[in-house]
Amino acid sequence: MLLVVEQFLNGLQFGLLLFLLAAGLTLVFGIMDLVNLAHGSLYMMGAYFAATFVAWTGNFLLGALLALGATLVLGIVLEVVALRHLYGRDHLDHVLATFGLILFFNEAVRLIWGPAGLALPLPPWLTVPVPILPGIYYPAYRLAIIVVALLVALLLYLGVMRTRIGMLIRAGASNREMIGALGINIKLLYTLVFGLGAALAGLAGLMQAPILTVQIGMGENILILAFVIIVIGGIGSIRGAFLAAVFVGMIDTLGRAFLPNLLRQILSSTAASTAAPALSSMLIYLLMAIVLVVRPEGLFPANRR
Amino acid sequence: MKALSVSKAVTALVLAGLVLLPLYSQLSGNIFILTLFTRIVILALAAASLNLIMGYGGMMSFGHAAYLGIGGYAVGILAQEGVGSGFIQFPVALAASALYALVIGALSLRTRGVYFIMITLAFAQMAYYVASGLARYGGDDGLTVYKRSDFFGLIDLSSRVQFYYLCLACLFGVVFLIWRIVNSRFGLVVQGLRSNEQRMQAIGFPAKRYQLVCFVISGTMCGLAGALLANNTDFVSPAVMYWTRSGDLMVMVILGGMGALFGPVMGAVVYLLLEEFLSQITEYWALIMGPLLLLIVLFGRGGIMGLLGRADRG
Amino acid sequence: MAEPLLRVEKLVRRFGGITATDHVSLDVSAGELHAIIGPNGAGKTTLISQLTGHLSPHAGSVSLGGRDITYLPAYRRCALGLARSFQITSLLLDFTAADNVALAAQAHAGTSFRFFADARKERGLRDAAHAALDRVGLSHRADVVVSRLSHGERRELELAVALASKPKILLLDEPMAGLGATESQRMVKLLQDLRKEVSIVLVEHDMPAVFALADRISVLVYGRVIASGDPAAIRGNDEVKRAYLGDQHVVTRHD
Repeated sequence: MLLVVEQFLNGLQFGLLLFLLAAGLTLVFGIMDLVNLAHGSLYMMGAYFAATFVAWTGNFLLGALLALGATLVLGIVLEVVALRHLYGRDHLDHVLATFGLILFFNEAVRLIWGPAGLALPLPPWLTVPVPILPGIYYPAYRLAIIVVALLVALLLYLGVMRTRIGMLIRAGASNREMIGALGINIKLLYTLVFGLGAALAGLAGLMQAPILTVQIGMGENILILAFVIIVIGGIGSIRGAFLAAVFVGMIDTLGRAFLPNLLRQILSSTAASTAAPALSSMLIYLLMAIVLVVRPEGLFPANRR
Repeated sequence: MKALSVSKAVTALVLAGLVLLPLYSQLSGNIFILTLFTRIVILALAAASLNLIMGYGGMMSFGHAAYLGIGGYAVGILAQEGVGSGFIQFPVALAASALYALVIGALSLRTRGVYFIMITLAFAQMAYYVASGLARYGGDDGLTVYKRSDFFGLIDLSSRVQFYYLCLACLFGVVFLIWRIVNSRFGLVVQGLRSNEQRMQAIGFPAKRYQLVCFVISGTMCGLAGALLANNTDFVSPAVMYWTRSGDLMVMVILGGMGALFGPVMGAVVYLLLEEFLSQITEYWALIMGPLLLLIVLFGRGGIMGLLGRADRG
Repeated sequence: MAEPLLRVEKLVRRFGGITATDHVSLDVSAGELHAIIGPNGAGKTTLISQLTGHLSPHAGSVSLGGRDITYLPAYRRCALGLARSFQITSLLLDFTAADNVALAAQAHAGTSFRFFADARKERGLRDAAHAALDRVGLSHRADVVVSRLSHGERRELELAVALASKPKILLLDEPMAGLGATESQRMVKLLQDLRKEVSIVLVEHDMPAVFALADRISVLVYGRVIASGDPAAIRGNDEVKRAYLGDQHVVTRHD
């Protein structure tokens, strides 16, 4: 029981983190029609910035805030210097150019921080276990991630659905020409959206940093998970990304935790321990395959243009 | 018309260079260059297979490195299990790649555009994780191939020169096949589908099955490259399937010029030599390569073959 | 009367709350040129799309030569002898005119799963392509890439592509759209010749052309057929006049 609840929350926490990443990706794709592989690099940069700023200031929250700001600025610079010129080009061009950016970022990180990973230690007040149910404790930090991510998801939802900027964003997503014709500064809007996406990726990276090691290439594996989420959820749909992210986070976490035991019930224990790691890492891709067969457009496709 | 002859001349020069390379290596005693070019030739073969679906078929696969791994693991696993004959290893490598391509293609072709890119990428990553989970065959650390494929003494893969020529023959064979295919009935249909799928459906072609067959052919060809690559490095690991390798292959195709027959060969030669060259200048070569890719995308449409004034499609 | 070549029965297609095709029934007999006219937004393109298989109807049926094709995909209908031209020219822009037509011929000449022989050297396909190009007066442009053809030439090429599949029936979606006066006249002349060989369903805005060509005209308004008959009957039909004039609809001509 204890294990189930704990793994369930771990799955939720991982899923929400994936959502932060996927939301930025899907926003940028839905609005600017830009496929940004370097989104994972922004996640990585968020983590590196956090590790650096926290060590520098000696304060976790302050360091995290600085890192968030730094990723936002980095995103904006990236958009203005490079990605802006890719709008309207084919997707293949996007893939290639942003692939180049990944090479660049990975190498730049190696140059600046060295090839070894960094650790981002948590302050003591975030490491205490918190009772969530009578007799069941859960690490405060993971709980904090869940709360922060849910809060961000809510803000994002309200922001996109209720505010003027959000309306512009939605209008841009469904009718690019119109928004231009209304005399809205579309360049600025795009830059802001990209910055927002970058900040979300950075937030995901810096929050994940204390749980995993901060290392080169950390953004790439998780980026592919974000792709899977977008495919499952439907491109351009924030709601789809949210549900798919939580779903994928759960399946992945629970699969890894419980599949070996399940297999052991059916197969011999050697066969099970051979098959389990491969099978549990396949689970989400199988899920994606099923969604593709049933709903090629994803579960919640955004309004088609 | 002059530009046309320039591109042909350059292509011929490069091909002649590839054929004569072992001679140079022998005369100069530079063994390293032969090793380097064996790798280049094998990856050129992989890139050429990718060009078939990407350049001619318009299917932007971002998961082509999966076949390098599947072909490689077929050789490695069979060798580990005591089956050393290349006459078994290679057909198994091709068949396994074809099967994977069939399943992945059938699923991925349900979608298009960006979805297709993401899905082929995701499935290749799945293959990567599956390979990492193969504890019996080295898992993350990979699998050493202690003995190269044995072709009953017909050809000795342990001889650098013989192996190089085998790879080169495979490359030329595949490029020849692709040339025939793209000009055949089948090839015209596939290219027509790239150009205007709605029109092709309206004149009576069911799009998916042609695209799927093309996808399978391409995957099988790349599986051959995988089997050769495992023999070349005497080693196969999940890393050959890593997505950056798929990205490398795409870059080679685009750098060379999509849909140009010899484009991928040129792309592979230039890209890998550039990588080699930059890594000799600085340890941080990707710091230059990355922005260079960006610049190529922004300013170098049509790739090398385009630059040489060749427009294969008129 | 013999079984009509194309029979459309009580076809219904809705988009949200709008019924774009409202119980449309039509017959086209062999050798007939049946024109469909109607003001903009009458649902002509929606109807055509259901005939060609690009859109599924919600009710009703379409049959070709007695065979139910209501839910067949586009490529299967084509194999059964139904060819179409597109309202907005849809061709393989990076292929030559001859290649465009040859591919249509190829679709109907055995399997296309041939991987080795050079298809551009197949006499049968090339001859068929040149015959079709000749038919529309484009043979001198055979080796020109489509993206370099003029708009008028592309319209003619559309027709050649449709002809190359040796159809029993041609669905022409506004073949005159965007043509100049001389080009229009050539197209009318061409259709006058073609109608002797093949049944045609013609959707067109160019009224003089329609009245010159059609054996029968059906008038579509708000997704419904309000009148169907020979040109004289349609010309005298009060409901048709009301539909056109009442809508303040101006029949556009390009001259």
